[in-house]
Amino acid sequence: MTATSRPAPAGTDPATTQATTAAAITVTRVDQVFNAGRSNQVEALRGIDLAIAPGELVSLIGPSGCGKSTLLRVVADLVEPTGGTVTVNGKSARQARIDQDYGMAFQQAGLFDWRSVAQNIELPLELAGWDRTRRRARSRQLLELVRLGEFADHRPWELSGGMQQRVAIARALAVEPPILLMDEPFGALDEMTREHMQAELVRISAETGTTVVFVTHSIPEAVFLSRRVVVMSARPGAITHIAAIGLGARTEDTREDPAFFAAVTEVREALRGRIGAKATATATAKAADADADATAIAGEER
Amino acid sequence: MSTPTLGGGSSTPVVATRGRPAWARPAIVLPPVIVGVVGLVGWELVVDVFHIQKFLLPKPSAILDAFVENRTAIWTGARKTGWVAISGLVVGVFVAVVAALLCSRSKVLAGVLTPLASALAATPIVALAPVYFKWFGQVAPTAKQAVVVSVVVFPVLVGTARGLLDCQAVHLELMRTYAAGEWRTMREVRVPNALPFFFTSLKVASSLAVIAAIVSEYFGGEQGTLGGVITQSAGLSRYDRAWAAVLAASILGMGLYALVSIIERLALPRHRPILGVG
Repeated sequence: MTATSRPAPAGTDPATTQATTAAAITVTRVDQVFNAGRSNQVEALRGIDLAIAPGELVSLIGPSGCGKSTLLRVVADLVEPTGGTVTVNGKSARQARIDQDYGMAFQQAGLFDWRSVAQNIELPLELAGWDRTRRRARSRQLLELVRLGEFADHRPWELSGGMQQRVAIARALAVEPPILLMDEPFGALDEMTREHMQAELVRISAETGTTVVFVTHSIPEAVFLSRRVVVMSARPGAITHIAAIGLGARTEDTREDPAFFAAVTEVREALRGRIGAKATATATAKAADADADATAIAGEER
Repeated sequence: MSTPTLGGGSSTPVVATRGRPAWARPAIVLPPVIVGVVGLVGWELVVDVFHIQKFLLPKPSAILDAFVENRTAIWTGARKTGWVAISGLVVGVFVAVVAALLCSRSKVLAGVLTPLASALAATPIVALAPVYFKWFGQVAPTAKQAVVVSVVVFPVLVGTARGLLDCQAVHLELMRTYAAGEWRTMREVRVPNALPFFFTSLKVASSLAVIAAIVSEYFGGEQGTLGGVITQSAGLSRYDRAWAAVLAASILGMGLYALVSIIERLALPRHRPILGVG
């Protein structure tokens, strides 16, 4: 099991070294302890190792409190890990944040009440120095994408929770960041919109080569979206299994594909703790034929 | 009335009704007017029926007569008192907002200023009016303005600082992911977030300003102010005139409150309506 194989000297494993140079995001032996030394101490993450390739869509899944959101926040440099290192596009997480290498969508929509829907989407564009005309055009385009074209001039509080969440997703996509960090962004959406947004995310990632790290509670969602599903366990938060999903191009029929159900079952079994590192080896070997890209990264799991 | 949707999966947007303004809607205007009229008529009748002495409680009609009769003196007084209240309010609000901005930027300053402001609030400032008159002199309005400033600072400081600091974590984190600096975060998040808090405290402060001005006038200073008219008339057993000056003072207070409400409405057209009445 990767999670507990500490301490391991850095750079001795050829697979890891290779992944580090090629990866968009590299997380190396990251620990996160909150309130260290106090009675309410929480070990949120222990010995997390993960490399994510450019253009890859990876989901983090696990029970509540397993640290998957914390892991995402560590990558985003919203939390500084108490141990280990994070590299994003070959830079420190902090430098990647300053360079705007990623866009983030949070669990809550977090829209500004004092801005219209379009102005909310345009905020990151304003900060990036886009002029008004380009901003308008881009927010129009994004509103169409999230199917809220006619709500551009509404106030956020006039929209339902699911609609607000779609605005927040449009905002995260606004500057076309090379990396998207998404923390359960589709949780508040109805089933049909959710499937639409999933298909759009897969399409955007494929067309633009955007790397996506996606935190979710939903097994089918994780399987549909991802090239790899990272399964985590709680207390302490650790990676127990990485399922490589060999489904090829996603279509409307993907959700009815027997391979889809097989992958769902694999992730469910992993969440129940029935499979761990050994089972992973078989799964990755099987997936290797279907998805060669994924294996290059998945094989690094020691 | 519009009710903002809070979460939930409903995809039906609830759009705020933008109908007639509140003051033009009978359902909103009539109840307080009826209560007011019934109250005044009841007051008049009670004084008549129970033969209440004029110096204990004059009839509303008598107060109105005195108001009209002494309109010149009352107008002069209202102008003097109004100037003290408004100028003191403006200075006090300025001081409070600057202090709140400093508090939001520095924990050390917040640690120094917050207890200081609390101590100021716990002090019966109007009781200090005689001391202020000694410091600033009897003739100039400075002593009374100083009382108003002292009374206004605390609520505005506390309200504004709360609004600047009490932002949604997700908003602050979002600005962090944008690598936005302190100044930009202040402009985009903290200040807009603080505006409703600021105006709420400003409404409290505007009423306090008029009260502080009048009470400090009881202790001395220039003649012919509203506070002066009240004390002088009461001293001469001209209770109807004293009550007329009180009426003027409450009109002044309400006027200032209304002015703040209008400014609030102009400054915050985009904010979520807090009550259905908007």
